[in-house]
Amino acid sequence: MKPLMIFISAAVVNNLVLAYFLGICPFLGVSKRLDTALNMGFATTFVMTLTAVITWLINTHILIRFDLPFLQYVAFIITIASLVQLVEMFIRKTSPPLYRSLGIFLPLITTNCSILGLALFEALREYTFIESLFFGLGGGAGFTLALVLMAGIREELEFADVPESLKGAPMTLLVAGMLALAFMGFAGLLTV
Amino acid sequence: MDSAVFISVIAMGGLGIFFALFLVIADKRLRVEEDPLVGRLLEVLPQTNCGACGYAGCLQLAEKLALHEVAVNACTAGGQEVTDMVAEILGVESVEAQALKAVVLCRGGDREAVRTVRYRGDRTCLAAELSGGEKACGYGCHGYGDCVRACRFDAMAMNDNGLPVVFYDKCVGCGACARACPRDIIEMHPVDRKLFVYCKNKDKGAKARKVCKVACVACTLCVKDCKVEGGITMKDNLATINYELCPQTDEPTKRCPTKCILFGEEEKMTREDFYASRIKQAS
Repeated sequence: MKPLMIFISAAVVNNLVLAYFLGICPFLGVSKRLDTALNMGFATTFVMTLTAVITWLINTHILIRFDLPFLQYVAFIITIASLVQLVEMFIRKTSPPLYRSLGIFLPLITTNCSILGLALFEALREYTFIESLFFGLGGGAGFTLALVLMAGIREELEFADVPESLKGAPMTLLVAGMLALAFMGFAGLLTV
Repeated sequence: MDSAVFISVIAMGGLGIFFALFLVIADKRLRVEEDPLVGRLLEVLPQTNCGACGYAGCLQLAEKLALHEVAVNACTAGGQEVTDMVAEILGVESVEAQALKAVVLCRGGDREAVRTVRYRGDRTCLAAELSGGEKACGYGCHGYGDCVRACRFDAMAMNDNGLPVVFYDKCVGCGACARACPRDIIEMHPVDRKLFVYCKNKDKGAKARKVCKVACVACTLCVKDCKVEGGITMKDNLATINYELCPQTDEPTKRCPTKCILFGEEEKMTREDFYASRIKQAS
């Protein structure tokens, strides 16, 4: 039961983007179009899940065993960077249009703080292997959800009569804030 | 302490080597072969993805150029400079660039055209076209600036008369504005053309005169004044210039009663002049 609770917690209640405000850069940068946002969400979910699992292995079997917790940041960053490289190669090979539409945001998954945050939370909360896996999946699902919601709203916003001074970034930030407020409604749904 | 440093170095070094090997294997499996020419060509293209060449974007054109499937002057937006660079990269003889400029063929602005209704919908020409727009003329410019928004080269603006202006020095001839205009008022013409009929109204003379001060009333004076037979003809109550025959002089413009056929108007406006005059007006 606990892994499932962790999944829901990471995806909705403690959404990395809308509750912790991590990974705001792609949240604002790749949320202009629904299909691109969805693909970005999937790519990030893939990286997050693998990161959660591999960092758990590294953390438990290397860092804790040899009493090196101060290396967490460095070790996690290498893991994330390597996985992003892999995803980048894979997408470039399988879908060049997607590769181009994600553009600079694909390598920037490396520095997406929601992924490092996820790895660090997982170490801090001392999750088990299965829990880490679900935490990664949930974090990815939450990120995708936030991105897709934002992209949907922004696509609709294209046709809205936005006041001149609020066009572009200001309106996007307002929408992001309101989305975050809406997600606060989930607080207390479950405590994990 | 020493042992902690030692273990850290081994642990991080080991992790680094492990991931490096992992990526080397992945790279071998997932390598994508790319023509280095494409990258070099893409660098010299304007990178605006304007679509004037007929391809989706600069990358697609670069791919076609690398395969020698299109002419080196395919990029109209880049002009002579880009054509020369593309030819150099491909190692072939350069040719003359295609030089096109956008021409707005309507002069019926707020001061000239008669308005019959009040339009309160979305402020775009495309939306206004659905309801017919405000102007009595069913062929004229709506004036909501779809063309200006379509321009990626800052080569257009709306003037104080509610009509789009093309800045001759900035226009690269990509044709994005012409595609954006729902009434096909904007046309792409080679730079050596100087004589234009600035009207698209196909109504009969009397009706056209009622809806706009500068409409073509199909009086046929310009047809008679054109020195070459067939240089200008009347087609659907509208003077039409046959550019292959008509000499580019101001002869046909002199007797036009509504001044809708004009000579040499297009090269007058530069972006700097336009904004300088706007600032002057404001102050």
